[in-house]
Amino acid sequence: MENLTGYLVVSAILFAIGTIGVLTRKNAIVIFMCIELMLNAVNLTFVAFSRHLGHFDGQIFVLFIMVVAAAEAAVGLALMIAFYKNKESIDVDNVDMMKW
Amino acid sequence: MFDNVWLIPLFPLIGFLINGFFGKKIKNEAVIGGIGTLMIFMSFIVSCGILMQMIGLPPEQRVFEKVIFPWIHSGNFKADMAFLVDPLSAVMIMVVTGVGSLIHLYSIGYMHGEEGFYRFFAYLNLFCMSMLLLVLGNNMLVMFIGWEGVGLCSYLLIGYYFHKKSAGDAAKKAFVMNRVGDFGFLIGLFTLYWWFGSNHNIWTINFTEIKAASHLLPYGGVVTVATLCFFLGATGKSAQIPLFTWLPDAMEGPTPVSALIHAATMVTAGVYMIGRMSFVFIKSPDTMMVVAVIGAATAIFAATIGTAQNDIKRVLAYSTVSQLGFMFLAMGVGAFWAGIFHLMTHAFFKACMFLGSGSVIHSMHHALHHGHLHDDPQDMRNMGGLRKVMPITFITFFVSTLAIAGIFPFSGFFSKDEILWKAFSNPYHGSLNIILWGTGAIAACFTAFYMFRLVFMTFFGECRINPKVKSHLHESPLVITIPLMVLGVLATIGGFIGMPKLMGALPNYLEHWLDPVFELANEFGATYAHAGEHHSHALEWGLMGLSVAIAVVGIMIALTLYVKNTGAPARFTETFPALYRAVYNKWYVDELYDFLFVNPCKAFGQFLWKGFDVIVVDGVVNGVANVVMGFSGIFRYMQSGYIYNYAFSMALGVVVILGYYIFK
Amino acid sequence: METLFFAIISLMAIVSAILVITCKNPINSALALIMTFFCLATYYVMLDAPFMAAVQVMVYAGAIMVLIVFTIMLLNIRVNATQKHSHKIALGSIIGLFTLINTVVLLFKSQPSSPVGPYTGEMIKSLGHSELLGRDMFTTFLLPFEITSILLLVAIVGSVVLAKKKI
Repeated sequence: MENLTGYLVVSAILFAIGTIGVLTRKNAIVIFMCIELMLNAVNLTFVAFSRHLGHFDGQIFVLFIMVVAAAEAAVGLALMIAFYKNKESIDVDNVDMMKW
Repeated sequence: MFDNVWLIPLFPLIGFLINGFFGKKIKNEAVIGGIGTLMIFMSFIVSCGILMQMIGLPPEQRVFEKVIFPWIHSGNFKADMAFLVDPLSAVMIMVVTGVGSLIHLYSIGYMHGEEGFYRFFAYLNLFCMSMLLLVLGNNMLVMFIGWEGVGLCSYLLIGYYFHKKSAGDAAKKAFVMNRVGDFGFLIGLFTLYWWFGSNHNIWTINFTEIKAASHLLPYGGVVTVATLCFFLGATGKSAQIPLFTWLPDAMEGPTPVSALIHAATMVTAGVYMIGRMSFVFIKSPDTMMVVAVIGAATAIFAATIGTAQNDIKRVLAYSTVSQLGFMFLAMGVGAFWAGIFHLMTHAFFKACMFLGSGSVIHSMHHALHHGHLHDDPQDMRNMGGLRKVMPITFITFFVSTLAIAGIFPFSGFFSKDEILWKAFSNPYHGSLNIILWGTGAIAACFTAFYMFRLVFMTFFGECRINPKVKSHLHESPLVITIPLMVLGVLATIGGFIGMPKLMGALPNYLEHWLDPVFELANEFGATYAHAGEHHSHALEWGLMGLSVAIAVVGIMIALTLYVKNTGAPARFTETFPALYRAVYNKWYVDELYDFLFVNPCKAFGQFLWKGFDVIVVDGVVNGVANVVMGFSGIFRYMQSGYIYNYAFSMALGVVVILGYYIFK
Repeated sequence: METLFFAIISLMAIVSAILVITCKNPINSALALIMTFFCLATYYVMLDAPFMAAVQVMVYAGAIMVLIVFTIMLLNIRVNATQKHSHKIALGSIIGLFTLINTVVLLFKSQPSSPVGPYTGEMIKSLGHSELLGRDMFTTFLLPFEITSILLLVAIVGSVVLAKKKI
């Protein structure tokens, strides 16, 4: 497809935004959502390339990524609940037990 | 029979394994002692068989080598576990197993009731095995195993009463001094191996091969270095100047040990080693001179100390050192067979004397123990008049004393006279001969004196033991007296196998017997020997008479001082207090060594500990740790514990690495 | 026409993505994220991958986002006005910017080089996207597919353990 570059640029922008979110936000759930955003940016790249090259491999990868994301969501949110039970907060600022 | 030579060291090894591993469980002394004695006696029987077979062969066929298994084969280097049977080792195995069996038998009686009885027999068997390896080894490495093995057993047996501090110290001293000698042995071995290998491409440590190649060795030069190193090894093992001080201290061990290891066998290893390598030693006139001088010096030096000791075993110990000096004198003047001859007769009479002193000590100990007295049972000042209560011990002891003093026709006469005659008449040392002979003769006089002093103090005169326990003194049991009698007989007649040609009554069996072994050495020696001066028979007869006369003089002095005029020794010590004290304190040699070697070593060790180890080594280690700690003290602040910081670092890393490849 | 449509969707996707990281309230962020997911689903349709679009809507917008929203409500996080961002905002932005520059430069410097596969737009339209995808999925990628089931099982057990126990 002629518009491959457009998709890839959008994907790059989404990925960068996700990165900024991960690095700057302190609410763990928002960070989690930013990670999902980054994963989706990659998914878009995969699908675009898959279409462009005429392979389905990329799309199957996307399916696997979705599975991983689902598993991650389940475990990650469970972790957050456990964390919240202990700290009464989900600010990553409060997670500093590995501090010197 | 020759093929069965491997049985000889195997039997004592089996005895060692049985007693060492199961002795504690067996408990029954008769069984333990029986196994130990039986094993060494079986070795003796095999040795007898080998000797018989060898006698049946013509002299040139009397060499046999048996490879038990290949041991180390690495490149050019080849050492097999192999045995060499020739007339010299045949004599040695006879002495070791024969005297060894008698002493094992004796030990059953002597060690009765001692704690660790099984341990004693296990060590004794191990010792016999090592000694047999030493004398049978066909290369220097097997000999070295035996050499180290006997040193180890010596250490273990000197320290047998390890709960006594003095015994532990003596054991350590013996071990360390032996190690000094072993170091010399190893250097000598390396030197010889290296020289043959690099100059003639003969990479060997095998005695037969070295012998075959020995005509390549130069006179002096590297041979002097190698042989002096070997001789250092010999001085360590055989208690010669400068490494002799361990032997008197070794008397801390049980008396049978002193008899077997520190009189009859182990300490003669050095003499044997020189005999085994006579064809190398003779190549260096300088070494021969050193050996002769050290031998003569040790003979007289130890003899003087022996005159002032009061401990019965210490007198015998110094006597051993002195007699070993005679053997080295013989080796040094090229009379190798005479050295081996003296080694053999010495093994008989000195073992007999040690066992006799053991019998006396045994009896004294029991008597004193019975009376709950704490007098020293080894101090001759507590003895006296024992000939009436211990007739067998007395007779055998007296016979041996006559032998060591050199009274015709006891065995010591023949061997000692041969050594003195060779010291006088040998063609190697020129004008030094007369000094060597003179020293030897005076040492012989001292020998007669201190030995008869011992006999008189112990067996004659009034009984000085506490009268309360006098009635408890008694003759030792048969198991002790039988070895004494056998050795006494040997000490009496043992000399006849080496009767000088001059007397002509019997051919000189031993010299002819050992001839094939020392033939080559004599051949080498002849190339630089002085033109043979002709000594008349009259001179030889004269010197023979003189040596007997000297011995008689020594005996007479002892008789005068210790039997007839008993106040004289005390007056003598009062007249020359400094001399007496010096002799009594063994010429302060121990103190000198402490000052020269031990204390500097200690100080150096202290320096290494306090100075080098604590400051430098520990400093480096702690310093490295401190530097790491310092840096980590700074860098640990990077570990903020916040997830976003880690994520930030990760993202930064990804960006930088990707950027590098993209913009490259 | 299509280009214009693409531009509008792109704008929506980027704006809603920015909203995700700027909204103060996590619920708003979640809603913005759902918006982005829908935009991506639109892209998938445009890329002749209707099955992917369906899965995107069902799994992401349907399942995962519901889970997230539930969690937010369950924890009842108060929007306390203390601090939304951590203090690394400038540095984080720079890193994100560099990421963007890296990828875009890479994009324009290089060409996708791979053997071109057999599937053309007409073929997909005639045979149906799901069927083609299913063929690949259950032949070539059968083993990874089965393994994902184990992954999901582990995730289920793990989340139950984590949420249930008092840690």
